[in-house]
Amino acid sequence: MRSAVVVFPGTNCEHDVVHALSVLGGDAELVWHRETDLSEFDGVVLPGGFAHGDYLRTGAIARFSPVMAEIERMAGEGRPVLGICNGFQVLCEAGLLPGALIANRDLAFICRFVDLEVTDTGTILTRAAEVGQRIRIPLNSYEGNWVDPSDSGRIALRYVDDPNGSQGSAAAVANEAGNVVGVMPHPERGVDELLGSGDGRVLLEGFLHSLLPA
Amino acid sequence: MTTATQPLHRRLGMTDEEYGSVLGLLEREPRPAELAMYSVMWSEHCSYKSSRAHLRRFPTEAPWVVVGPGENAGVVDLGDGWLAALRIESHNHPSFVEPYQGAATGVGGILRDVFTMGARPIALWDQIRFGPLDESKNRYLFNGVVSGIAGYGNAVGVPTVGGEIEFDPCYSGNPLVNVMCLGILRREQLVLGTAGTPGTVAILLGRATGRDGIGGASVLASASFDEESQEKRPSVQVGDPFEEKKLIEACLELYDRGLVVGVQDLGAAGLSCATSEPAGRAGVGIDVDLDAVHVRESGMTAPELLMSESQERMMAFVSPELVAEVLAIASKWEIDSAVVGVVQAGETLTVRHAGRVVAEVPAASLADDAPLYDRPMRRPGWIDELWANPAAGLEADPVEVLLGLLDDPALGSTAWVHEQYDHMLFLNTVVGPGGDGSLIRVRGTDKALAVSTDGNGRLCHLDPRAGAARIVYEAALNVAVTGARPMAVVDNLNFGNPEKPEVMWQFRESVEGISEACEALGIPVVGGNVSFYNETDGVDIHPTPVVGMLGLADPMPNPPPQLSRAVEGMEIWEIGPAPSANLAGSAAQRVMHGTLTGRPTTPDPETAKRVIATAAELAHSVPVLHDISDGGLAVAVAEICIAAGVGATIVDSDTDLLFTEDPHRFVAVFEPGYVDLPDGIGRRVGTMGGETLILGQSEPIPLDLVAGTYRNAIPRRMAPSP
Repeated sequence: MRSAVVVFPGTNCEHDVVHALSVLGGDAELVWHRETDLSEFDGVVLPGGFAHGDYLRTGAIARFSPVMAEIERMAGEGRPVLGICNGFQVLCEAGLLPGALIANRDLAFICRFVDLEVTDTGTILTRAAEVGQRIRIPLNSYEGNWVDPSDSGRIALRYVDDPNGSQGSAAAVANEAGNVVGVMPHPERGVDELLGSGDGRVLLEGFLHSLLPA
Repeated sequence: MTTATQPLHRRLGMTDEEYGSVLGLLEREPRPAELAMYSVMWSEHCSYKSSRAHLRRFPTEAPWVVVGPGENAGVVDLGDGWLAALRIESHNHPSFVEPYQGAATGVGGILRDVFTMGARPIALWDQIRFGPLDESKNRYLFNGVVSGIAGYGNAVGVPTVGGEIEFDPCYSGNPLVNVMCLGILRREQLVLGTAGTPGTVAILLGRATGRDGIGGASVLASASFDEESQEKRPSVQVGDPFEEKKLIEACLELYDRGLVVGVQDLGAAGLSCATSEPAGRAGVGIDVDLDAVHVRESGMTAPELLMSESQERMMAFVSPELVAEVLAIASKWEIDSAVVGVVQAGETLTVRHAGRVVAEVPAASLADDAPLYDRPMRRPGWIDELWANPAAGLEADPVEVLLGLLDDPALGSTAWVHEQYDHMLFLNTVVGPGGDGSLIRVRGTDKALAVSTDGNGRLCHLDPRAGAARIVYEAALNVAVTGARPMAVVDNLNFGNPEKPEVMWQFRESVEGISEACEALGIPVVGGNVSFYNETDGVDIHPTPVVGMLGLADPMPNPPPQLSRAVEGMEIWEIGPAPSANLAGSAAQRVMHGTLTGRPTTPDPETAKRVIATAAELAHSVPVLHDISDGGLAVAVAEICIAAGVGATIVDSDTDLLFTEDPHRFVAVFEPGYVDLPDGIGRRVGTMGGETLILGQSEPIPLDLVAGTYRNAIPRRMAPSP
């Protein structure tokens, strides 16, 4: 079971995601954004960073990268597709997730640990957790404020104390099938207690389990 | 005489004497492009002409030094094939003129200095100083600088894991924005700034060259400020972190594949520097074709192309047979590239533009023949007056003093700042911002790197030699309390106008203080930067040397000491010599009296060494170690209480002794009987416990009030007015 970790120019969390998945026993490989064939992979992660410099709008250029056709295919086939931070923004721009990410309520970048609560375990990110479970992992974003006029997303994780103004205090949002998930805080920064928390493990383990055939 | 009628060399910031030197060197009138190159390369900023003679004083050698001062960054050996590259720089004047871009491009520049050496930059630290936040101009500068550091550092993908903040009226007209970068590399990846041998091809990588930053080094960085300084805005460069991110990745791939002979970044003095310095180091000439340079505006003249400080550019020196491969990698990372020159036998730098030769000068002369000034020095008479007027004692209740200090933006929580910085990327930040030193693990090894950056303009104003030595000892103690042994220093020397003898004396004394402390600790200085002309309308800043101390913890204590590990019932010890009640230069003197007088306590090298070694040793067994510095023992204990969420009682003590900042002391907190401390090494001063902080006989202070005051010190001043 292999996962692709997509690298756009400007992505910067790709090595952290590969490291975290590897620590949990996963097999993850970096894939350049010009790749047009992901048939060797069972799932895909779009990591955090500033794809294409976040020019125009976060994710606005990345959605046109050649690799996105394959990501749309995998999403349609029910394969696990996880967008973290900037990856969440790209998935919204690509129309694979509802809503959009706008600037934080206080118009400042926020990098700190935040407390989350699991609200829906029917997604590839939260399937190994329990409803009501508390999870503490770092947030690291300027455009982390999720808005969804259609009110159609499944909220998988909520902020206990909303830091950025997100609708419904949403920290992670899934499509209806639960196989495409965007999460604003960084689970890969929560796999080692030495760095402050191991709470991200249960989330990434859920993703790794989702790679197995149903 | 109006500006337009001045001779060209003066408009470029050169003195008549310096122009005379160029005439003598070339034995003819320089062409405009040649004069442009000399003006930037011989600027104070690039040539260190006022400071070079003094910088030779620094100890620079140790068995673990791989690359000392003079290259783009210092490099030290961490063992097992690992090297660390480190460098510190200032972007003071650009940040005053344009705070966001000034600070942002400072980050970009220091990163290039480090990845030029073959290292991947893994962490940044910012040392920023402003006037008081009750003035709106200072709030604007502070906010702009922090946003610029965040905007560039976060997007370029290198975590900003610490730094320091100071506020003083002397920085109102001239904020200080320093930044330090650390990179790591394997020994075989080390690259130097050399042009190689004749036939080697020079490839310019990265962003297209434009008219931004022309004369940044000479006109902006090497002159004082006055009311017309805002007209210098066009001399500030504009940064693009996305281009830098791609440039980093492309360069690291070039190094991985062993495709370059040498690399030089384009910072101050742009192409002039990136061609002449590598050629000079290699003892060769180079033929440069400006028509090949990729530009983003048309009609640029040869002097403009040579002086432009457009950001995110690198010069790679490549063997001819590897050029195609290098260009292909640039193309993969979506960065522009152009073959702009070929290394020649001989020592001549030849520059062509529009089909004709516009410059022909000895390459090495641009760097090596720069003027060297032995500027006059004089000890200022006012120092004796300050020393004759000792700091007054604290009359107020210790509760009032403590809350006053915790509410001070220089002592309160830095969360408002560091939560705007990505300080966790790369999963290496074991101890991040807000502590004494940062601790960055080196994955795949048992090692961790500790860094502390320290400066103290007030101490150095009262006594530049003792003050400069004390910041070195403090930085060393800060890395020691994380479990690391200090191994190398970089320094950023921020001073006023060097043409004033008193400023030159402060400079010389500070260099002496740093040197003495480094010699006592056996630590080399591996690089540095000098920023002069930090004066506005004739008023100089306090002398403000800033040091960045690198320490190595091998193995890393796991877990390392953290303030948050204090729990109910633990004993609180003060380790180090018993302090005096001297408050000269302290935060308590500033906050409670609003004065700056007296003679600060001079450091003691032998004591410093012993205390630093003790701290590094205890870090492997004691859960909480905390340096005693700004605000003294009382503030150090309050910070532990806040981080741990536990109160404390400090035994009865003289108020001045609670707040003195006498050097070589730290707090250790541990279970009773947990640690065998050598006799006489320190004294027990209290116990952790309860929900209040009790200072001797004073009223208990609720922990909520202590923490709230500390956390709000900056936010309450920066909040938008209602």
